[in-house]
Amino acid sequence: MSDVAIVGVGCVGFKSIMPELSYKELMFEAAVKAYEDAGGIDPRKDVDAFVTCAEDYWEGFSIFDEFVPDQLGAVLGHLFTVSGDGLLGLANAYMLIKTGHFDVVVVEAHSKASDILTFYDIVAFALDPIMVRPLGGNPYYIAGMEMHRYLAETGTTLEQCAEVVVKNKRNALANPYAAYGADITVDQVLDSETWFYPLKKLEVSPLSDGCIVMVLASERMAKKLTDKPVWVEGVGWATETPNLETRDWCRAIYTEIAADMAYKDAGITCPQREIDFVELSDLFAYKELQHLEALRLCRYGEAGMLLEDGVTTRDGDLPVNVSGGCLGMGYALEASGMQRLLEAVLQLRGEAEGRQIPDAEVGLAHTWRGIPTATGAVAVLSNIKE
Amino acid sequence: MFGKKRVAIVGAGLTLFRRNLKETGKELAYEASKMALDAAGMELSDIQSVVMGTAPDAFDGVHMKGEYLADGAGARNKPYVRVYVGGGTGVFTPLAGWWHVASGQFDTCLVVCEEKMSSCFPHPAYAFTTIFDNILARPLGTTLIWIFALEMHRYMHKHNIKKEQIARVAVKNKRNALDHPCAQLAANITVEDVLNSEIMCWPVQRLDISPTSDGAAALVLASEDVAKKVTDNPVWIDGVGWCIDSTIWTNRDLYYPDYVEYAARMAYKMAGIKNPPKEIDLAEPYDPFDYKELHHMEGLLLCRKGEAPKLTEEGVTARDGDLPICPSGGLLGVGNPIAAAGAMKVCEVFWQLRGEAGKRQVPGDPRTGVAQAWGDLMQYGSVIVLRR
Amino acid sequence: MSEKIKSYPGFRIKTADLREGKVPFEAWRPRVRYAWSAGIAMSRFLEELKNGRIIATYCNKCGRIMVPPRVFCEQCFKPVDGWKYVKDTGTINTYSVSFIAGDASRIKEPIIVAVIDIDGASPGMGILHKIGEINWKEVKFGMKVKAVWKPPEERVGSITDIKYFKPIREETL
Ligand SMILES: [Zn+2]
Repeated sequence: MSDVAIVGVGCVGFKSIMPELSYKELMFEAAVKAYEDAGGIDPRKDVDAFVTCAEDYWEGFSIFDEFVPDQLGAVLGHLFTVSGDGLLGLANAYMLIKTGHFDVVVVEAHSKASDILTFYDIVAFALDPIMVRPLGGNPYYIAGMEMHRYLAETGTTLEQCAEVVVKNKRNALANPYAAYGADITVDQVLDSETWFYPLKKLEVSPLSDGCIVMVLASERMAKKLTDKPVWVEGVGWATETPNLETRDWCRAIYTEIAADMAYKDAGITCPQREIDFVELSDLFAYKELQHLEALRLCRYGEAGMLLEDGVTTRDGDLPVNVSGGCLGMGYALEASGMQRLLEAVLQLRGEAEGRQIPDAEVGLAHTWRGIPTATGAVAVLSNIKE
Repeated sequence: MFGKKRVAIVGAGLTLFRRNLKETGKELAYEASKMALDAAGMELSDIQSVVMGTAPDAFDGVHMKGEYLADGAGARNKPYVRVYVGGGTGVFTPLAGWWHVASGQFDTCLVVCEEKMSSCFPHPAYAFTTIFDNILARPLGTTLIWIFALEMHRYMHKHNIKKEQIARVAVKNKRNALDHPCAQLAANITVEDVLNSEIMCWPVQRLDISPTSDGAAALVLASEDVAKKVTDNPVWIDGVGWCIDSTIWTNRDLYYPDYVEYAARMAYKMAGIKNPPKEIDLAEPYDPFDYKELHHMEGLLLCRKGEAPKLTEEGVTARDGDLPICPSGGLLGVGNPIAAAGAMKVCEVFWQLRGEAGKRQVPGDPRTGVAQAWGDLMQYGSVIVLRR
Repeated sequence: MSEKIKSYPGFRIKTADLREGKVPFEAWRPRVRYAWSAGIAMSRFLEELKNGRIIATYCNKCGRIMVPPRVFCEQCFKPVDGWKYVKDTGTINTYSVSFIAGDASRIKEPIIVAVIDIDGASPGMGILHKIGEINWKEVKFGMKVKAVWKPPEERVGSITDIKYFKPIREETL
C-alpha cells in the first residue's frame, strides 16, 4: 500500500463576499494555483481522479456535479462529487490512492455562501421533515441546546467559551486567508447579543467565500512533484446520527470515532504527546473545546482550563486553530475542513510566515459538518516519513 | 491485479419500485439494507463502513439528504459518506464501496442507494428544473425532456435511425420486466403502442420514457478474505470506471456518449477486457429512455456506432439472445428511482452471475456482466464490471 | 438471493389517496433564494445581449472561438486570449418540439427548442434556444436561423433578450 502525500495546495479567499467571481471562476483560480504548486502538473493529462465536495442547496443547483469539470481541467476526466466536507473528500482521495490504481488525485471544496439569500431557511430544510422542521424557528437553536448541556455537564464557563473567540480572531489577524481577524476582548464577546441562549452572536462563525484545491499523490509520484510532501498518516470519519432525539448532546461522538480511526491508521497511541498542533472545527466557540476533548487531546471537561492556561495559544504547548479557525477565517460550508487542512499543510511545510509554529512535525485537521449533522472527519498529517 | 485487493459483492437487497411508496426514504434504505445483509448472512455489526448514493435533495425535500438518511442505511456511529453523480449515482456508489475495501481501509462496506421522488410535489419533474445553468438555460424554461429529446433526435439524425427501431427497446424491456417482482411498469406492448403513445417532446413519446419512482437497493461488499468466509458464491468487482464530460453540452455532438466510452475503457482496462462484445455475457446499460439503451451499448463498445438498433431488431439483445441487454426489464420496465435504479442494475448482474435470477435468468451460464449508469447534463458515465 | 426471496418490501399508495389527504403527510415549501454572481465571462455576455450582440471568447492554443464565452479554455486549461463578436445567425444542430410543461401537463402551443451552432464561432459551438415563426413540422436539421431580438428598451441582459431564432428565408439571404 502506497503512502499518500499532499503535494500541492491552492487557495482563493476567504472573504465575506466575492461578487466579482462566479463560483466557476473562483474554482478555476484555486485550481491553477494548486496545479502550479504541485510541480506544474497538467490536469488534462496528469490527474487520475478528481473529487469535488458540494451540497446542492448550498449551490442553488440540483446536481451541482454537472457544473464542476471544466474549471478543474477535468473534462472527460474521472471526477465525482462527495456530498460532504472537504475532509471527507480527502478521505476518499486517500483511499483511491491506497487501492494502487491511482497516482494523482485532486480534491476541491469551496463556499459561495454569499450567493445564498436565505441561509437559515436552507439549514432548516435539512431538519427532519416530520419531527423537527414543522416546529419552525432558526435551526441554530440546536447549537444553543448543545452548548447549554455541554456547559452544564462539564462545568465549562461562558468566559472560557468567549476566550476561544478572542484567541481565534486574534490568530486570524496573522493569516492572509482569514476574513474575520480582530482584536477583541472577552467582555465584548459576552456583551454581544444573545442569539440562542447561552450562545452569543460573536460565538457564531460568520459565513465566508473562498475555494481550496489540493493535489494528492502516491509516494512514487509525490517524490517527483515536490520536495515538500506532507504525508497523510491517517484519516477517519464518522456519523453519529441525524436524529436529534437520540444523539449525545454533550460529547461529540462522531469526532471520537473519527479520531480513533485516524490515530489507529497513523499509529498514534498518545495523541497528546505525539501531535504538535491542531486545526479543528470551531463553528461555534464551545465546539472548539468540545472537539478538543473528543480528539482525546485532553480529558473530558478540561479543554476550557487548557485554554485558560494558554496551552492552546499560538505559542502554547498545543496550539489550536492558529489559522483563526472558522471564527477567524469564516464558515466556508463544505470548504471548512479544507481550511483546517490548508493551515496544517502550510505549517508542516514551514510556510505559515508570521504565524509559523516552530519545529512542527505532526498536525491534526478536523471538521464537523455543522447544524444539524453529527458528522465529522479527522486527518493526521506529518512532514516526516516513518 | 497483483498486489491489489480484490473486492466481492456478497449480498443484494431491493425494494418494490412504485410511483408512491408509503415508506419514508429512511425506511426504504433500511428495508434494502436489511435484505442485503440477510442475503449475505451478516449482521450490521459486521459492517465497517457505509456508502450512500442518492440523487437530488430536491426529490426527498431534505437538504443534506445523505445526513438525513444515515440511520436508515445503518450508518450510526460508522464511517459514512454520500457520493453523488446525478443519474450516474446508482452504479457509481458501488464503485465508491469498492475503493473503501480495495484500499485496505475496510473489510466490509454496505452500499445503499435510495430515492423517494414522490416527496417532490406536485410532480417530481419540478426537481429537474433547477439542474440547468442559471444564466443560459433556466430563463428559457428548460425541462429535462427537452434536452434528452435534443440528444435523441441528433442520434437518430446522425445514423438515420427510425423511431420504430428505438421503440423495440421499450417493448423488450417492459416485457422482460414482467418477470421482475419489483417492477412498476411491466407490460406486454407492441411497437405500434409506443409509436401511438402521446407525443411529449418530439421525438420522445410517453412509452419511450421510464416512470418516476420510489425505491431503494443495497449491496454488501467484502474483501477477498471475508467474502470467502461468508459465501461460496462471491461475485467480484473486477473493473470500475467513471467519466464526466464538459458542462457545456451545447458545444458537444450529442450523437455519441464519449463519457460512457471513457468510463468503459477505464473499467475494461482494470478488468483486462480487450474485446467487450466477446468477453461480456450480459449488460445492464442505463435505459431511462429507450434510445439511451442503444446509445449506451455503443458507448460501452458492445457494438459499433449506430449499430445497436440493428442488434435489437435481430433479437441479439433479447434475454435469450447472444448478448442479453437489460434482462431485468431496465428502468423502462422496473422503474426509475434514480440512484436506486442504477443500483438495481448492479443487483441484477449480481443475481444473474450467481444463477439466481429465476425466471429472468439468461441462458449460457454467464461469467462476466456489466452495469452502467448515466447522469448529469448528458455528461456522466459510470461503469462496473462483475465476474463470477 | 433473488429466487429465494418470497416478497419484496414496499407498501404502495395511490396518488389519488395522497391528493385527497387519505394518507398522512407533512407538507413544506422551502424558502430558497439565491443571487448568483454572474462572474467575468457571463457578465460581459449578458451586457452584450443587452446591446443586441453575441460575444465569444477565443483560445489561441486550440484555436477555438467559443460560445457561450468563458474566461478559461476547458480543453487547454488556460485563460482565454480575448473577446470576439460573433454573428446572431446559426445552424440548427438538433431540435425537439415540446408539447408538455415542466410538470408533464399539456401546453397549447408546442415549443420548438434547438441547439444552434452560432456563425462566426468554431464548428459545433452551439447555444440552446427556441425556434419561432415556423410550423414545427417544417423544421429541418441544418436549417439556417437568425436571432429575433426584443426591442432595445425591453432588453434586460438575459438570454431571453433574444426572443427566439427564426428561419432565414431565401429572400432575406
Ligand atoms: Zn484552448
